[in-house]
Amino acid sequence: MAVKDYLRERFFPHMWCPGCGHGTILNSLLRAVEELGLKKNDIVMTSGIGCSARISGYVDFHSLHTIHGRALAFATGVKLSRPNLNILVPMGDGDALAIGGNHFIHAARRNIDITAIVMNNRIYGMTGGQFSPLSGPGIKATTAPYLTIDSPFDVVKLATAAGASFVARSTAYHARESTEILKKAIAHKGFSVVEILSQCPTHYGRKNKEGDAVAMLEVQKNNTAKIGSKALAENPNLIPRGIFVQEERPEYCSEYDKIIQHAQQR
Amino acid sequence: MTETKKIRFVQGNEACVEGAMYAGLDFFAGYPITPSTEIAEHLSERLPRNGGKFIQMEDEIASMCAIVGASLTGNKVMTATSGPGFSLKQEAIGYACMAEIPCVIANVQRGGPSTGNPTHVSQGDINQARWGTHGDHSIIALTASNHQDIFEITVDAFNLAETYRTPVILLLDEAVGHMREKLVIPEKGELPIVDRLRTSLGKDVDYHPYLPREDGRLPMSDFGGEHRYNVTGLYHDMWGFPSNNPTVVNQLLRHIVDKIENNIHSITRYKEHYLEDAQYILISYGSSARSAIQLAEDRRKKGEKIGVLELQSIWPFPSEVIREKCARARAVLVVEMNMGQVMAQVKAAVEKPKRVFLANRFDGKLITPHDIKSLLRMVQGRGV
Repeated sequence: MAVKDYLRERFFPHMWCPGCGHGTILNSLLRAVEELGLKKNDIVMTSGIGCSARISGYVDFHSLHTIHGRALAFATGVKLSRPNLNILVPMGDGDALAIGGNHFIHAARRNIDITAIVMNNRIYGMTGGQFSPLSGPGIKATTAPYLTIDSPFDVVKLATAAGASFVARSTAYHARESTEILKKAIAHKGFSVVEILSQCPTHYGRKNKEGDAVAMLEVQKNNTAKIGSKALAENPNLIPRGIFVQEERPEYCSEYDKIIQHAQQR
Repeated sequence: MTETKKIRFVQGNEACVEGAMYAGLDFFAGYPITPSTEIAEHLSERLPRNGGKFIQMEDEIASMCAIVGASLTGNKVMTATSGPGFSLKQEAIGYACMAEIPCVIANVQRGGPSTGNPTHVSQGDINQARWGTHGDHSIIALTASNHQDIFEITVDAFNLAETYRTPVILLLDEAVGHMREKLVIPEKGELPIVDRLRTSLGKDVDYHPYLPREDGRLPMSDFGGEHRYNVTGLYHDMWGFPSNNPTVVNQLLRHIVDKIENNIHSITRYKEHYLEDAQYILISYGSSARSAIQLAEDRRKKGEKIGVLELQSIWPFPSEVIREKCARARAVLVVEMNMGQVMAQVKAAVEKPKRVFLANRFDGKLITPHDIKSLLRMVQGRGV
């Protein structure tokens, strides 16, 4: 099946700005789904609110476009009620870790078999460029005209500490690498978190003098390095990419099946 | 005939659990909160025994969201909460209205606002049940005053949720929720059960999840099945695709309101106690109706023609029934444990709003027949 066959053409044109990284991430994701040979009927994509969340409308899966920050809570209901389905939850940085932070850590703690994709462009794009919990200090945003003073979360460390059994990071620039990581994340039985750095030239790039989409992709290329690479060893300030955690741990729905067996034996 | 009925001595919250299981509950998500917690506790034991699922979520919001997700895979779903939790769930309740997802939300009312009076009775969430979530919409809210009725109204709540593809609020209160009394569990088949209306369209036919049939109902297709479609809280067309086309917006809003308001006669539930010749009518619901009925019985013995109209559905508000039943009454007393939320609706419904009075308490104590009698005496012009 071609990648195009996973899209709902009726939904196009999409609403992302020219140069947005989210379309590239969608491409990486669909290639991962295709290469894994998953059936469209077996996939539910659940999303919240924001530019990233609109991804669920464009894909020809069962799609649930919900409310801000709560996609993982809706997804938990879908997954626990039908554990045979594959659940993909793309989220923006604000959606996942500001308003949705509680659901993020608790889904990780439960190790429920859901693939969470944090499309991190470090800004609230849809509302016009306010800083997010992943912006970090010294950033210009419409709600930070004098620069941000907030420290950011490290998504990888947060997900790891909260108990996610698969944690990885890549970028929109590294589209093929993203596909390979997403394949492993989707195939992994347990809660998987894949942070993919994305670019928002419209609201982040312009305000912070990072240039156009091409220049921002250059930043993704130059400011990151693979785990275990020489480049990372020589420059620890680079953002590491790759798979940080990949462990087999009891998965929530499988554990609940044991509860059902136990309850029915009584 | 041999007596095979199951007779139990239970809390009201357990009667609700029994009703939910009878109705075919598959999935419950909740968060501990007084005075509704027993519903979650009992379901955590009951559901897995039937192959169903129970999950304690990280918060009230997540619980509401999880049941919407589980409903979409074809399950009958429920959550239970009380005041503060009911406030937190409102955005997701609005989502269920907009996306037309069947679900039941039990709110065992306690004193508010804020943390209020967690272990004491109140009926202060009447208007919140109607208008808690933002935007124009309609809602179904049911209530009951005794355990047999809680059982039956809970079954009704699931039936109405499935029939109209809408969230249904069960407005219980702390007094009935925690009180213990007899419950007779009906045999299977004794009460009607409405199952999910699923589309009969085959996999290669274009299914329109939001195209109402002629009778206004929308057949569903389970997530994970043959029909892949979009569900959103945005205004959407018949495919579930977001739209801000004024015609689409107008039609969708009309539909989600009309499907309930136009069926008010099928949704309205009430009980009459000594109403036929009543000169004074007490309108009440939930635990306060018990005191109203007790007073009517006491006064009947003394020859006073007092009757009670007990509401079992609050929203959509049964204005027509109230206008008709109260037409010949000398006065109407609304008995409730809030500052007059149902009274305002009754005044708007009847021909003589000046003859509508409020007998209420809002101090966490159950209103007593004596409390009501004091006001009734004044209304009757017989002093205190």
